[in-house]
Amino acid sequence: MKSWNNKAWFLVLPVLLLVAFSAIIPLMTVVNYSVQDSFGNNEFYWVGLEWFKEVLESERFHNALMRNLLFSAIILLIEIPLGIAIALAMPRRGWGVSVCLVLMALPLLIPWNVVGTIWQVFARVDIGLLGYTLTQLGFDYNYTQDVVDAWITLIVMDVWHWTSLVVLLCYSGLVSIPQAYYQAARIDGASRWAVFRYIQLPKMRRVLVIAVLLRFMDSFMIYTEPFVVTGGGPGNATTFLSIDLVQMAIGQFDLGPAAAMSLIYFLIILLVSWVFYTVMTQQDADSAPGRGQP
Amino acid sequence: MLELLNVSTRVGNQQHIQDVSLQLHPGTLNVLLGATLSGKTTLMRLMAGLETPDTGEVRFNGVNVRGIPVQKRDVAMVYQQFINYPSLTVYENIASPLRVAGLDKATIKQRVHEAAELLRLTDYLQRLPADLSGGQQQRTALARALVKQAKLVLLDEPLANLDYKLREELRRELPGIFAKTGAILVYASTEPSEALLLGGNTATLHEGRLTQFGPAIEVFQRPVDLQTARIFSDPPLNTLLVSKQGAELRCDALVMTLPVDNADAAQLPDGQYTLAIRPWHLLLDVPPQLEKQTTEKQTTHARINAHVEVTEITGSETYVHVRLQGAQTQRWVALLHGVKDLPADSPVQLAIDPAQIYLFDSHGQRCLTPPQREDV
Repeated sequence: MKSWNNKAWFLVLPVLLLVAFSAIIPLMTVVNYSVQDSFGNNEFYWVGLEWFKEVLESERFHNALMRNLLFSAIILLIEIPLGIAIALAMPRRGWGVSVCLVLMALPLLIPWNVVGTIWQVFARVDIGLLGYTLTQLGFDYNYTQDVVDAWITLIVMDVWHWTSLVVLLCYSGLVSIPQAYYQAARIDGASRWAVFRYIQLPKMRRVLVIAVLLRFMDSFMIYTEPFVVTGGGPGNATTFLSIDLVQMAIGQFDLGPAAAMSLIYFLIILLVSWVFYTVMTQQDADSAPGRGQP
Repeated sequence: MLELLNVSTRVGNQQHIQDVSLQLHPGTLNVLLGATLSGKTTLMRLMAGLETPDTGEVRFNGVNVRGIPVQKRDVAMVYQQFINYPSLTVYENIASPLRVAGLDKATIKQRVHEAAELLRLTDYLQRLPADLSGGQQQRTALARALVKQAKLVLLDEPLANLDYKLREELRRELPGIFAKTGAILVYASTEPSEALLLGGNTATLHEGRLTQFGPAIEVFQRPVDLQTARIFSDPPLNTLLVSKQGAELRCDALVMTLPVDNADAAQLPDGQYTLAIRPWHLLLDVPPQLEKQTTEKQTTHARINAHVEVTEITGSETYVHVRLQGAQTQRWVALLHGVKDLPADSPVQLAIDPAQIYLFDSHGQRCLTPPQREDV
């Protein structure tokens, strides 16, 4: 016989309320906006899925989405291998460890808009150390006018800001490998590459999944830094989905389309993250039970 | 033959291995017995060539192996942790040392299957290590060491992380698995029972020093000093400081007459000694009806009064931990047959058969050994 104790609900109630106010209710508001049209005066009209159709068919959305995908792809291709390489090169013991860890953590401690401001100034052709030096050296560099320069600036900035996160994650994975593995490999006569390929990489896989997911989500949602550095320009060259969304919602006050777009944006991130996660943990799923490997 | 000649290592101010000399012959099983941090692993790393000694020499078949890299030394090693390549199948794991050695496919296949057969892994060859039980993972690691057909096989507490049943099972099989290879087998262990169960030779280590080396039973029954006797006793050896006067041993807790039939005992000079007795040679206060039948034997027994601290019952045996009366700081343990449920703080009288005691002099050297009888 089961007896239900309804008092238990009171114990989860605070969490439910918190989640409701912080996530569910705001999300529902957005859903509400996305299916209605308004002409000011707080008058709303039901339009169904009209806004979703409009956003999905608009070239503006396609272009911004492509920019986002390209940006995230480049970021992952650079930051993940670079992060692994730096983590491998870091010392494992001695005073060098803390020095490296502090150096690595520094960029992560800087607020995003400050990072943007730093690079905005740093890369300026007239007064910025980087921009001025490049110009003096004869490079035709100007991120406010040249599309490629603007992209390079944003990518270098993101790599500078976030590679250390990948490094720290990989490093934590590396130091958790027992010394006996390296000894065993030495006795086997395994090469440096074999040690990396068959011991370090497999042992790092779980933290790499986290690193890839975090870096994908963050780079796909990037807003502050390009907003500060390029403001979406030159032209629309660095107008990512987030910047576009803010322009639409606040600049043009198109609440309906903006709401529809943010929902689509959210679903894309969810979908891609799910794909990444599924693919990267596939091998784990194939070899399901005994995960408790040392 | 592997020879260590006066080998020492130190890290900073810490002496890790102190003047160890040892000769290990092909086809023998040698157990390094010692507590944690006694230097077993360091000694193995020296033998493998993962470390070089600060002073002394490591010789293999007469050749000093200093400077020869590990991978050229023909060594295999198995660790306490289950070390396998996580992303390779069991087959590939076992084959890995052979691939590095550059053998042809057919030979590799044949050797892997032979090793897998011997370690009962044939059904699991296509699985990943993570899908195996701990015992199977360690079997895979053992198979990797086996296929290599190395002349020196080092097993560093290979069974420590396995559960009780698997440990017993694998321990029974281990000597047989490597017997045919003719390799020098070195096995590090913290458990005295393991050294006896495996047989072969035992080397006892204490704080980086080799205290004794010889056949396991020999070392167990005739430890050269107190330290060796302590290392080679589980549950711990019971000891008591006594002074000898003529044919009597005395201290506050005990008065005891030395066995008259022991020739060694008669020759010992008077003075301070450490008396030691194995936990299973202590008898609990004998019931009167039993005492009658064995009066003759029991008369010479010395009595020692104690209070029970705690009893641990395993079923077939009971460990009774006591504190001695008259020597309050001295804790002893008695190993008794069957279930004896004694309440804490209850007084007990323990009987000591003088024929079963060890005596060690003030330098810890053994000067009296119980006569080795078949029935003890």
